Amino acid sequence: MDKPEKKTTTRRDFLFTTSYTVGAVGLGAVIWPLIDQMNPDKAQKALATTEVDISQIEPGKSITVLWRGKPVFLKRRTQEEILEARSVSLNDLPHPEKDEERVKSGKDEWLVMLGVCTHLGCVPLSNKGDYKGWFCPCHGSHYDLSGRIRKGPAPKNMEIPKYEFVDANTIKIG
Amino acid sequence: MSEHEYVPKSKAGKWFNDRLPLLSLASHLTDYPTPKNLNYWWTFGGILTFCLLTQIITGIVLAMHYVAHADLAFASVEHIMRDVNYGWLIRYIHSNGASMFFLAVYIHIFRSLFYGSYKSPREIIWIIGLMIYLLMMAAAFMGYVLPWGQMSFWGATVITNLFSAIPLVGDSITTWLWGAYSVDNPTLTRFFSLHYLIPFLILGLVVLHIWALHIPGNNNPVGIDIKKPSKDTVPFHPYITIKDAFALLLFSIIFAGFVFFAPNVLGHSDNYIQANPMVTPAHIVPEWYLLPFYAILRSVPDKLGGVILMFGAIFILFVLPWLDTSKVRSAVFRPIYRQFFWILVLDVLVLGYVGAMPAEGIYLVLARVGTVYYFLHFIVILPVVGYLEKTEPVPLSISEPVLSGSANYSMAKKDNEKI
Repeated sequence: MDKPEKKTTTRRDFLFTTSYTVGAVGLGAVIWPLIDQMNPDKAQKALATTEVDISQIEPGKSITVLWRGKPVFLKRRTQEEILEARSVSLNDLPHPEKDEERVKSGKDEWLVMLGVCTHLGCVPLSNKGDYKGWFCPCHGSHYDLSGRIRKGPAPKNMEIPKYEFVDANTIKIG
Repeated sequence: MSEHEYVPKSKAGKWFNDRLPLLSLASHLTDYPTPKNLNYWWTFGGILTFCLLTQIITGIVLAMHYVAHADLAFASVEHIMRDVNYGWLIRYIHSNGASMFFLAVYIHIFRSLFYGSYKSPREIIWIIGLMIYLLMMAAAFMGYVLPWGQMSFWGATVITNLFSAIPLVGDSITTWLWGAYSVDNPTLTRFFSLHYLIPFLILGLVVLHIWALHIPGNNNPVGIDIKKPSKDTVPFHPYITIKDAFALLLFSIIFAGFVFFAPNVLGHSDNYIQANPMVTPAHIVPEWYLLPFYAILRSVPDKLGGVILMFGAIFILFVLPWLDTSKVRSAVFRPIYRQFFWILVLDVLVLGYVGAMPAEGIYLVLARVGTVYYFLHFIVILPVVGYLEKTEPVPLSISEPVLSGSANYSMAKKDNEKI
């Protein structure tokens, strides 16, 4: 800084570079815990499974249960409803998925999905909309009898959570 | 600013001022030369400062009685309303104060748009102002979540889900914002923490906003540069302080009118129902001051596109000083821009109206037309009008049209000269 020097790498350049590097790593190591503390904590993660008794659900009816703070629709579909859901051409779907991929094989009447609109997270109303499935009142997304998006701003079908049949009358979500 | 060097009269004052020049600062603020033709649209800066302080004071009091927990928040707000001495008054001032704050800020922003206050050399004032506006929206949104009513919960759900539109990392960001797998207790507690923080960030930015303002000085209704101090200026105190105080008085009457006679008219009755994650209200609407942006969001039949346009509607304002190509600041001398200004005001009002309506039929059409026009105004109309418009003659000084006895600026410069 005192007088113009030749452009060579000096000891000082080396010290600057290593100091900045070590400083940046240290800063990152301090910032990360401050960011990560906002992610779901152990108590939230512990709520990860819910068991549901489905013996009382009549065909054509559905119930809603809370899982991880979100509603889950469990719908027992009638044969006509299953047939209607399967008669749709994949070309007509914004997010093409076969109905068979959205249910467990052999348990075709049970549709288990997150009751959360994939647009902005509202809870769609059942038996409403242009496709007899669900209709989201917030911004007008229509879902069919397989919970697939058909019309409106939502980009995806309603999500199928991880679940299994513990026995004939019990579903474990999560 | 070339102001006289302030020397305190008392010995103690001089001793103190040499060590911390607070008295010099006070003298600067008192004598600050202000254009003498400022009209009442210029009183909203002071009104906004009042609004900020009102929110901070009532907010600190409310935080003494509020409990930030998903099981207790709703009840604690009712406790404030029924049990806490004057709790109803303080809460109603705080909740209506938010609306008054936005009312004042919108007038302040449109005043800037009309008189070209955002133009050189005041770009930084404008940008800091927009940062304040963004923080205001964040604070208002988080504050609306705290009572944990139905609109709180579902408003929070919809707004946080906006981030899920971001490709690849959207869902992780949303979960991170929530601290859970949906809007839940961790969301409420962090919103409370941030809601308490943001007003003080705003306060810091307000200091910078005023500091940046005091470098070039105030713009004024004729939008010309003036010599300071000169016969075109008056000292801030008492001339502007008394005018600001009078305007604040009128504003407070309207404020008090809402607080005492219609405290819930700007809110939504669904927020007096406790949050229920199983049921979405039939019709979710944000607070009135966010409605134009909500209309823009819903006008796009694509999730990511809607989110981009909504944020774009705000961020385009940051480059406004460079989109407006006209060298004349005030719309008083811009016959074409003046008309487009009022169309923009109308456009924003229409967007606000359709934002409150269901997104279907004629409302959807209006929202789309309004959205297209909004962006057209900034991206096409402003740059083009700046080039093509024949502006009217601009006076040489504020005093001149008055002193020369002519209303039509007989001594005015030609508009093609540098102002």
